[in-house]
Amino acid sequence: MNEAPKPLPDNVDGEHALALFTEMVRVRRFEEKCAEMYSKGAIRGFLHLYIGEEAVGTGIMQSVAPQDAVVATYREHGHALLRGIPMNVVMAEMFGKQEGCCRGRGGSMHLFDKDTHFIGGNAIVGGGMPVAVGYALAASMRGQDAVAWCIFGEGAMAEGEFHESMNLAALWQLPVVFCCENNFYAMGTALERSESETRLVEKARSYKVTAEVVDGMDVLATEAAARRAAESTRTGNGPYFIEFQTYRFRAHSMFDAERYRCREEVHEHELHGPLRIFAARLQASGLLDDEKRAALEAEIAAEIDAAVAFAEAGTPEPVGELTRYVYSEAHV
Amino acid sequence: MNSTATEGMREITYREAAREALHEALTNDDRVFLMGEDVGRYGGSYAVSLGFLDEFGPDRIRDTPLSESAFVGAGIGAAIGGMRPIVEVMTVNFSLLAADQIINTAATYLHMSGGQFNVPLVIRMATGGGLQLAAQHSHSLENLYAHVPGLKVVVPGTVEDVRGMLLTALADPDPVLIFEHILLYNRKGVLPVQAGAVDIDQARVRREGTQVSLITYGGSLWKCLDAAEVLEQQGIDAEVLDLRTLRPLDDASIMATVTKTRRVVIVDEGWRSGGISAEITARIHEQAFYELDVPVQRVCTAEVPIPYAKQLEEAALPQVSDIVAAAQRVVNGHG
Ligand SMILES: Cc1ncc(C[n+]2csc(CCOP(=O)(O)OP(=O)(O)O)c2C)c(N)n1
Ligand SMILES: [Mg+2]
Repeated sequence: MNEAPKPLPDNVDGEHALALFTEMVRVRRFEEKCAEMYSKGAIRGFLHLYIGEEAVGTGIMQSVAPQDAVVATYREHGHALLRGIPMNVVMAEMFGKQEGCCRGRGGSMHLFDKDTHFIGGNAIVGGGMPVAVGYALAASMRGQDAVAWCIFGEGAMAEGEFHESMNLAALWQLPVVFCCENNFYAMGTALERSESETRLVEKARSYKVTAEVVDGMDVLATEAAARRAAESTRTGNGPYFIEFQTYRFRAHSMFDAERYRCREEVHEHELHGPLRIFAARLQASGLLDDEKRAALEAEIAAEIDAAVAFAEAGTPEPVGELTRYVYSEAHV
Repeated sequence: MNSTATEGMREITYREAAREALHEALTNDDRVFLMGEDVGRYGGSYAVSLGFLDEFGPDRIRDTPLSESAFVGAGIGAAIGGMRPIVEVMTVNFSLLAADQIINTAATYLHMSGGQFNVPLVIRMATGGGLQLAAQHSHSLENLYAHVPGLKVVVPGTVEDVRGMLLTALADPDPVLIFEHILLYNRKGVLPVQAGAVDIDQARVRREGTQVSLITYGGSLWKCLDAAEVLEQQGIDAEVLDLRTLRPLDDASIMATVTKTRRVVIVDEGWRSGGISAEITARIHEQAFYELDVPVQRVCTAEVPIPYAKQLEEAALPQVSDIVAAAQRVVNGHG
């Protein structure tokens, strides 16, 4: 692929394109900072980075309306930030502080936020899918125009919960958008070792769910797919399935020695990474130059530094609070 | 229990000991195979089966899709079909997706079939907390399985047991669940050069004592031994009983230590309510009530989903200081 980068299509608004790019850079830099904080010991436990997959979450969130819900996985820092959970409280959560969005109880894998209907942060693979279906059921029973955006990895499609959830959502024609982030690996298990039918859309279609596959490295493509899905579900056409083809540039978690793939394979994908290709297109369209890039990087770096400072200055949730939130306080 | 190798002994980690047992089983019996998520190319989520794929091939080291119910159930079918599968479930938390197969199928077939279909299946899984992995990766749910007739539940706390129990489990005609505590994998211990199978039906006194019995298993064994050291400095002589097997429980060994010290602290990383510690307490009351000087005490995980933050996780899990305090209470006569 030595072709010159294509400029943006004429119908794409320049400001908007730059905003998409900025969001992706923001997620990337945040994740890099998390890795750094992990090596310093400020973040512990499992940490799953979204580096390489930023175009997927960024594209999806453009169509997520305020009344919608997002149900995500343990690789959800990006989704949380893109959904609008303030960076400060996300970082503080990973530091295990009281100021964190879950008061230090959840950590990296379990970010939740009521205000934005961000319903986790689920680390049981496939565990969020029935929840998304149920949220959509409530919305449809209550006559609300809310869509449940259910984000999961391709590995989850082997679980029974995927099949049971798809069937239920289709049977009851519920407004769920199933967003499969296909990064071609589930920990060390490559897609072709996990699925007998690797054309994932076929699985969705077998449940009579509208399904499409898109290039998850191209933020304009992911955005357009999410828009089609939103229009379809909001107009009462039942669930929608999108396979976003992407790639994870980093290890599965900080415990992964990456024995199942070679450096060259990762490098090849990095060359076509979502930030790199979109930056080139913005440049080709005259929307981005070194100076603008430096300015947006500086702004993001400042936000991240402030988030780290906020998290560092936070209070460890007092041990005396340990048993709170096991039951709802109003009812005890 | 010291970790310096003496003659005829060698030092080894818990991970290596588990690995040696698997290796021996795969080498000695063609019917044995290992299956589970990421046991092959990834090398096992706790690196126990690292390198096995190259040595034994993909037929016998089977990476499965994420489908706990299917591959555990397939293990049951393969066991009935004449193989000797070892199924690895990454952690007990994920085993809940296979709980139906374990409880409704593996545990019932022999009985329901009037003795026709036994299920010689071994299931290994990690358990326990302490790595700040939060509420979906840290729980100790082995007591759920210890509740179920038809299953055997073993909880190796030492290198000798994690090595030997697998071999014994494989020779067992019925389903055996092996729980390996995540904090033990890097722990070193000593093994006889000629280590082999060990019994899976008896508890063991890991430290002799006269004034209080600390009854425990798995990851908490080492906390109890550390607590016993602290207590010794305070002039309290504690005995430590390692249960080793949660189903069936070795009542005789439990009652023997109760009769000897007359004071009991049960230490369990599971929750107190409805936990294995409650079962043991009940049995002591049924069988040795008049041997007790003071009521039984328990040190268990706080009744919360285990939280992420370090200080909260530490406060939730049983700690050496909690065990020491409980032992002091019973020795001083207020249970
Ligand atoms: C039910 C269950 N089984 C196993 C695991 C361990 N595990 C965590 S992530 C993961 C891989 C999931 O892959 P995928 O769904 O493709 O998502 P990705 O990590 O690639 O984003 C596995 C096996 C788990 N968390 N939950
Ligand atoms: Mg994946």
